[in-house]
Amino acid sequence: MLEVTNLKVRVEDKEILHGINLAVKAGEVHAIMGPNGSGKSTFARALAGHPGYQVTDGQVIYNGKDLLDMDPDERAREGVFMAFQYPVEIPGVNNAYFLKAALNAKRKHHGLEELDAMDFMALVKEKSKVLGVDQDMLKRSVNEGFSGGEKKRNEIFHMAVLEPLLAVLDETDSGLDIDALRIVADGVNAMRSPDRAFIVVTHYQRLLNYIVPDRVHVLSDGLLVRSGGRELALELEEKGYGWLEAPAAGARK
Amino acid sequence: MSPVAERHETYLAAYEGFARGRGQAAPAWVRERRATASAVFAKSGFPTTRMEEWRFTSVAPIAETEFAPADGVPAQAARLVAEVAVPDSLRLVIVNGELVAALSDLSHLPKGVRIASLRDGARDAADGLQAHLATTFDYTSHPFAALNTAFLDDGVMIAVAKGAVVETPIHVIVITAGDRPVVAHPRTLVIAGPSSQVRVAQTFVGAPGTVYFTNSVTEVVVEEGANVEFYSDQRESQQAFHVANLQAHVSARGVFGSHAFATGGRLMRHDIGIGLWGEGADCTMNGVYLVDGDRLMDTHTFLDHAMPHCTSHELYKGILAGKGKGVFNGRIIVRQDAQKTDAKQTNRALLLSDEATINSNPQLEIFADDVKCTHGAAVGQLDDEAMFYLRARGLNEIEARDMLLHAFAGEVIQGLQIPGLRAQIESTLFDALERDVKAPEAGRR
Repeated sequence: MLEVTNLKVRVEDKEILHGINLAVKAGEVHAIMGPNGSGKSTFARALAGHPGYQVTDGQVIYNGKDLLDMDPDERAREGVFMAFQYPVEIPGVNNAYFLKAALNAKRKHHGLEELDAMDFMALVKEKSKVLGVDQDMLKRSVNEGFSGGEKKRNEIFHMAVLEPLLAVLDETDSGLDIDALRIVADGVNAMRSPDRAFIVVTHYQRLLNYIVPDRVHVLSDGLLVRSGGRELALELEEKGYGWLEAPAAGARK
Repeated sequence: MSPVAERHETYLAAYEGFARGRGQAAPAWVRERRATASAVFAKSGFPTTRMEEWRFTSVAPIAETEFAPADGVPAQAARLVAEVAVPDSLRLVIVNGELVAALSDLSHLPKGVRIASLRDGARDAADGLQAHLATTFDYTSHPFAALNTAFLDDGVMIAVAKGAVVETPIHVIVITAGDRPVVAHPRTLVIAGPSSQVRVAQTFVGAPGTVYFTNSVTEVVVEEGANVEFYSDQRESQQAFHVANLQAHVSARGVFGSHAFATGGRLMRHDIGIGLWGEGADCTMNGVYLVDGDRLMDTHTFLDHAMPHCTSHELYKGILAGKGKGVFNGRIIVRQDAQKTDAKQTNRALLLSDEATINSNPQLEIFADDVKCTHGAAVGQLDDEAMFYLRARGLNEIEARDMLLHAFAGEVIQGLQIPGLRAQIESTLFDALERDVKAPEAGRR
């Protein structure tokens, strides 16, 4: 589904990612772990097409198409979703209204009929239950005045409604207490399916107790230095990131 | 005297002709007020950019264009009325300064409302007309209002009886049109009796693409405890000149709200003056304007806190695209007696292009010591992170931008209590945005 080859990304004048290689198949969950400043969020934002993140080299093929050639909105309509680390507050834009517009933009793109308000609300009702998203959160402006937990739940709720093929969760666990974490993880797990893939970007192992990954990759200083199964995450929990940041990073094992 | 100021000679000559001819039919007090106003205009001439109040707005294009006095009801008027008519409202149509009964709809005149053309009202000595017409404010510092008053001939008077609560909105459609560039001086007077309630809207419109000059004056008298919500929607032709002056005199415990929307005109100058002349009065003064191409929109607001315990809330939002130019001047005076005043002014502008400009100037003059007075002005661009967030969920650039602009203007549009008009204003706003987006080359040329 996703083939990343030698991806180099620059933010302003500084190269952050120095050549990422990653292959994600449909149905898989990949975790990308790494210390602060390693480039995890840069990777997520580059996949989503943030204009501040300039790709200087490499290739990203998504379902046979050149992802880097698409505008951010086209990527979204093609089924790529990023749950933001810091969801943006947008005063004056109603959450439900926005989500309906986004869903219909995607449906139109795929030649489907747009949902009317009633069908949309029925869908929302079904999806919101799992994530503990109440009517109030739907009626308010997008993320405005939401608590940290509400913002993250709202992101996963958007994901549930938009039903992406590739979901990138950028530190969705940060700032969540254990109950909120469980709700978010349940929401993600409910969406796991053979035709959908996840890239879960996280600093901590904790989230991976709830969203169990197929593959774990360690990002350090702009390079994937290590890949493995779920046990790699546990090893990181035990030893920290220090042992991977040694000069000979990636050489052992 | 500068060349611009000298151009007023033709207007003075036209006034002389009017005063000796058709104008003679009016009662003496009307003729006197015209003569006084004409003398004021003769003295001031057209304002120049050397005057503080007109520093950023040159009216040379108005002064230099030869406008014929507008007359009669052109054929396109009926079509223009149909385009902007608001359902379930009491419709009053002013064409080229005259109230046109044939285009108006007074079939459901609510109880307690009296409507008269100014000409008939003056002839019949309608209650309050002589007392209030051209007396609610001092026009000596408003040359265009003086010019309008010099040509005072017709227009409309809306009087609401004491205690009357008028549910039906009153919609005044103001059209200027002719087969060559014309000038009209439409005039509206609203008198809301004690404890009455009424909503009045004005839509200014003309034939698209035509050049004309609308020079409007509206006076609103809000008597004790009355509540008047006033809306204006300026959607003149993109080639038109629009000068409008709205003046409200608010008595004790009166409530006045002004909500101004502007998308049209090549050059717009909007003066709004609200005087809080009784204790416990409250006013709202909101507006949204959208300017693109190389048009100019100038809004000058003046809030006079003359008495104690009055409150005011002012919120203006400007959207500027292309080479559009905006001017916002928000003057608030809190007089010595006006203790416990609570005044808040906010003025925000969004620049959608590098070439759009805004001159924004809050002007607070406070002579009382126990008051709360705040003002905030901000000029910015669309929030990039918000744009990315919306696009990352699938909205294209234009949809995302429109959504943010809608949110930006929404705070003011929400205050519009006439659903039919609100829908119209929202769609005009988006048509205007689309025009700018769809033809970016044309806008930049």
